[in-house]
Amino acid sequence: MTDISLDRAESQLAAIWRQFRQHKGAVFGLCVLVFLVAFVLLGPYLWQAETLKVSEALKVKNKPPSLRFPLGTDQLGRDMLDRMISAGRVSLAVGFIAMMIAIFVGTFIGVLAGYFKRLDGPLMRLTDMFLALPLIPLLLVMVMLFRDRIAGIVGPELGAFILIVFAIGVTSWMHAARIVRGEVLALKEREYVLAARSIGAPPRRIILRHILPNVVSPVMVAATLGIAEAIITESVLSFLGLGFPPDFPTWGRLLFDGLQYMQLYPERVIWPGLAISLTVLSVNYIGDGLRDALDPKARGR
Amino acid sequence: MKLKTALLGAVCAFAFAPAAFAERGADGHVNVLYWQAPSTLNPYLSSGTKDVETASLVLEGLAGFNEKGEVIARLADGVPTVENGGVAADLTSITWKLKPGLLWSDGSPVTSADAKFTWEYCTHPDGGCAQAARYEGVTAVETPDDLTIVVKFASPKPNPYMAFVGGTSPILQAAQFANCLGAAASTCTDQNFMPIGTGPFVVKEFKTNDTVSLEANPNYRDPAKPAFATMTVKGGGDAEAAARAVMETGEFDYAWNTQINPELQAAMAGGGKGVFLNGFGTLVERIEMNMTDPSADLAEGERSTVKHPHPILSDIKVRQALSMAIDRQVLVDVGYGSAGRPTCNLVPAPEMFADATNTGCLTQDIEGAKKLLDEAGWVVGGDGVREKDGKKLHLLYQTSTNPVRQDFQALVKGWWEEIGVSVELKNIDASVFFGGDAGSPDTFQKFYADVEMYANNFDGTDPEPYLAQYMCDKIPGPDNQWQGENINRYCDPAYDALVKEMAATADLAKRSELAKTMNAMLTRDTMTVVPLVDRGRLSAASVTLGGVVLNTWDTEMWNAENWFRVK
Repeated sequence: MTDISLDRAESQLAAIWRQFRQHKGAVFGLCVLVFLVAFVLLGPYLWQAETLKVSEALKVKNKPPSLRFPLGTDQLGRDMLDRMISAGRVSLAVGFIAMMIAIFVGTFIGVLAGYFKRLDGPLMRLTDMFLALPLIPLLLVMVMLFRDRIAGIVGPELGAFILIVFAIGVTSWMHAARIVRGEVLALKEREYVLAARSIGAPPRRIILRHILPNVVSPVMVAATLGIAEAIITESVLSFLGLGFPPDFPTWGRLLFDGLQYMQLYPERVIWPGLAISLTVLSVNYIGDGLRDALDPKARGR
Repeated sequence: MKLKTALLGAVCAFAFAPAAFAERGADGHVNVLYWQAPSTLNPYLSSGTKDVETASLVLEGLAGFNEKGEVIARLADGVPTVENGGVAADLTSITWKLKPGLLWSDGSPVTSADAKFTWEYCTHPDGGCAQAARYEGVTAVETPDDLTIVVKFASPKPNPYMAFVGGTSPILQAAQFANCLGAAASTCTDQNFMPIGTGPFVVKEFKTNDTVSLEANPNYRDPAKPAFATMTVKGGGDAEAAARAVMETGEFDYAWNTQINPELQAAMAGGGKGVFLNGFGTLVERIEMNMTDPSADLAEGERSTVKHPHPILSDIKVRQALSMAIDRQVLVDVGYGSAGRPTCNLVPAPEMFADATNTGCLTQDIEGAKKLLDEAGWVVGGDGVREKDGKKLHLLYQTSTNPVRQDFQALVKGWWEEIGVSVELKNIDASVFFGGDAGSPDTFQKFYADVEMYANNFDGTDPEPYLAQYMCDKIPGPDNQWQGENINRYCDPAYDALVKEMAATADLAKRSELAKTMNAMLTRDTMTVVPLVDRGRLSAASVTLGGVVLNTWDTEMWNAENWFRVK
């Protein structure tokens, strides 16, 4: 018996993968995302930028791509490839971690609201309230109020990272919460949940064993979209000159720095712009593919 | 002497101008772009440059300043001086004579009563006059006859050319503004948007924060001017778009404040449709050293106050080393191009107050800086950062969010790291940094950082009030809601004595000497203020627009009556 059920679980994963592979866009998106992650993770080992003194760097400012500087240099003679790599590490890390926070909070609130009728009203009104808050001004205020305090504890760069990740995380969980609540409301009336309840299973067990596994698919989709949103929000903050300290590049800041040179050196905005767009697009396609693959009704077709 | 030459110059201009230009309104239309659009045309209700400068097309003072910073007569019949008896020997009054036969644009005569009214308007206790500083120390404005205006001062005024001089204190028509005194000032929309003036143009239509349509003043005192029949002053966009509108598309004849990066300047100037005009005033981009301890470990209310001297920057050798490590010419090349030049002076102009010999900081000296730090006892540690008594040489360097300033931060950080200083950068949104909110920790007055960078200048041609900002009693702190002007918390009784001496000195040569001494005390001798770049104004004019002279001492529209179309 146990053998069979294991077999079936494996074949289910395989089925999802098979279905996912049929979505060309999703496969392409996955390849691009893997490439980008490899670029920022392995980049520093493959490409070591020269450390130049200021006077030396200024002699090589505004250079076009060459063997010495594969993506050229900026207005202060800094290696663009090196900056793209370190900027990408920050941007992608912000995207993934902020997404995890958002999904965790969203799922938690969604399940509570969906399963416990008494909590539904207050929690959903809280969600509405968060949705109604204007996001960017809220972030600006948070950055202004807490930047120094957190920077004092963990240092300016890590402090900015924690603050931004946290700020984005706690302001983007609402959609996930609504989706999860809807699913839970439908699921808890299903026969197997009723059966579990009738034999006296406590709510914690019912939620963990019977409900959560069934809301994984919408959560996964919301998660992928969340990454894209977090990267864009971080770019917006950096673009506004907030967020990280000015010598700490992120893709959004590179875009901001390159903007005034757009006409003379368009590649300064093209590279970070392309990286942001590719990440967001690929993640969206992966989400699209996952939704199709995880939906048992759609899978057969 | 200078005044005399100025007068001669003015006389010459009036004598030859009619011959040069055919007749009023012969050259059609001119388009001017102020990308920060004017929101009112009453300079007494706004300190915004855009408002004051646009208003100066319509409203005029008794006198103004030319591009050299010299006083030139406008409505007055000559500039009063001590020599010609116009300024009392004890410097407590100045007597102006109006040109005879002057008319407002509505045809009524200009009289001394208008000047008296203007003084009452701006000094009304219920009104918030934005230019009150121009009338500071004025006790009375007397009008013995229709053409004579006597301005009385409470104490001897070595620089009497404040009230009614320049674009920031023009004369209003008493008849038009009679009901707009005090609290009613801002409710007089019609008057504030369409003031009746004596300038070369009159307002035809005013759209707040958008467009001002003007036409030639039919009663302008010179019958041959202005050459343009109509003018449009348009707002909107940013500096770069403004530069393009003149230099590339040619939609506009003149654009104000087109501060863009040097490479773009060069690219646009190559197009040949327009020229960038630069003029240098008193705006200096500088790094300010905090003489007090900004450490977050101190209690709120004690951070960055005189109670705690700065643990690192109190040592003059460290400050000197930090200044020596900077290559100012590189900063100019990266940030400002033709709109900047390296400087070591806090007072870079006017000529008579600027110390031309203070050029020591212009050459970068990394080795010398390292030596100074060694002497000061800061030795290089294992990670390349200097340390002394177990304390790292670490500085927090803050400024406002602005691409040029962030480039400067990166460069300065690079140089300072070469001499073994670890630098942490921070940038703050400009509206917060300069906002002056006593509740915010991020204002430049609170200075919760070791060094900070911004630009400042002084109004007019007299540096006395500017230098007086560095007196001990002007240090910002919790007791004055952080509103002092002595940002560095510099305090030297000898300096205070010099400020007081200058306030009581009328002789120009002596004043100039005092100003130079004080300037040197703040910069060369103590490196409390580290000047970086003398920033000019950069505006763009079409090659088809003639007669434009960029003036940094008065408004940029100061000689719009002389503009003409190059044919």
